[in-house]
Amino acid sequence: MRIAIPVDKQNLEASVNQTFGRTPYFLIYDTETKENVFIDNSAAASQGGAGIKAAQSIVDNKAEAVLTPLCGENAAEVLNAAGIKIYKTVRDASVMDTINAFMEGKLAILEDIHPGFHGQGGK
Amino acid sequence: MRIAVLSGKGGTGKTLVAVNLAAAAKDSTYIDCDVEEPNGHLFLKPEVVQEEEITVKIPAVNEQLCMGCRTCTYFCRFNALAYINDKLKIFADVCHCCGGCVLLCPVEALSDIDKVIGKIQKGAKDNINVNTGILDFGVESGVPIIKKLLSEYVSDGKNLTLIDCPPGSACIVMESIKDVDYCILVAEPTVFGVHNLNMVYELVKLFNKPHGVVLNKCLEGENPAEQFCIKKGIKILDRIPFDHELGTINSNARIAVRESEKYQKLFVDLLQKVTKEVHQHEAVTHS
Ligand code: SF4
Ligand code: SF4
Repeated sequence: MRIAIPVDKQNLEASVNQTFGRTPYFLIYDTETKENVFIDNSAAASQGGAGIKAAQSIVDNKAEAVLTPLCGENAAEVLNAAGIKIYKTVRDASVMDTINAFMEGKLAILEDIHPGFHGQGGK
Repeated sequence: MRIAVLSGKGGTGKTLVAVNLAAAAKDSTYIDCDVEEPNGHLFLKPEVVQEEEITVKIPAVNEQLCMGCRTCTYFCRFNALAYINDKLKIFADVCHCCGGCVLLCPVEALSDIDKVIGKIQKGAKDNINVNTGILDFGVESGVPIIKKLLSEYVSDGKNLTLIDCPPGSACIVMESIKDVDYCILVAEPTVFGVHNLNMVYELVKLFNKPHGVVLNKCLEGENPAEQFCIKKGIKILDRIPFDHELGTINSNARIAVRESEKYQKLFVDLLQKVTKEVHQHEAVTHS
């Protein structure tokens, strides 16, 4: 299964990023082959709708699940439309710990989808 | 003459100043541009004679025509479009109505549709025209409502128009003060009040608008907002005391100039001062 995780740096020891749309990178990880690819999140610098754009690139990278601490409603709508499940990461866990927790079935589905940060940075 | 009343945050007395100036004038038009929380009408109690829905254009897709080229999603810099499972998804609340995607779609699968974002209520009472902009909940930008209010609902000629601005200094406030003759900044006498005052002060300077400050809720003793004005050389137009009587009038949604001689005098004076300021400024810029 291909999973996507917002990460601070391009290595497996890094931390999970505390945002979704504004994370610098996403890790795309294949749980069967252990193959991992880091992709730049071009949405991080966008004026608005970062979550939508980030979610689009996760869809385009054919992930089937997203592990993230947070997710906005617009991003969730994109991910849901693509049938991608969203799981909530544990605070302060590293990327590798998070992957292991997921594979052991210890991560819960992310329930608290926050309303979009509309208008953030000036209406 | 168009006068805007501004403050860095809500609750400083912006509406108090705006409605009382409107009532102090003989004939006036009051325009509520604080579209997220318009409350001037609660005081002026106009009879609404007309209501107009305000719409913006957003794209709609014809799925039969869309071939999934994604020209539109790449173009939209607000990321209001996503292409998922062979379907274009449009996030209306994120769209900034630039119209670009509709123009660019190579197969004309996109067209403009109207989306209602709020309304304008036009009314009047006691020689005051009261026009209120109301933004629907969840809509990102009230700028189109403000544009409409200030192009079609201001009084023409010499009559006084008072513009109750949204709080803060974002682009919706800029839109509200763009064409005014004078800006009144309302400030509270606290350190935090200074911070808020500075925000709107920077804005009116940027727009090169003649301006002055009304200090609200003044107590005896130190007033950081007053000190700020003195330091920066900003004209202090008036001081409204922190006063139980005024508080009661205000919380009963009544208008101070009609209830109390003291406030009648204060706001008539204030209006005269501002009028004089505007004329002086005109004399300077036209000479
Ligand atoms: S540009 Fe037109 S055809 Fe291409 S994806 Fe957008 S709507 Fe579809
Ligand atoms: S109209 Fe402009 S902002 Fe709206 S979806 Fe199209 S390109 Fe994006």
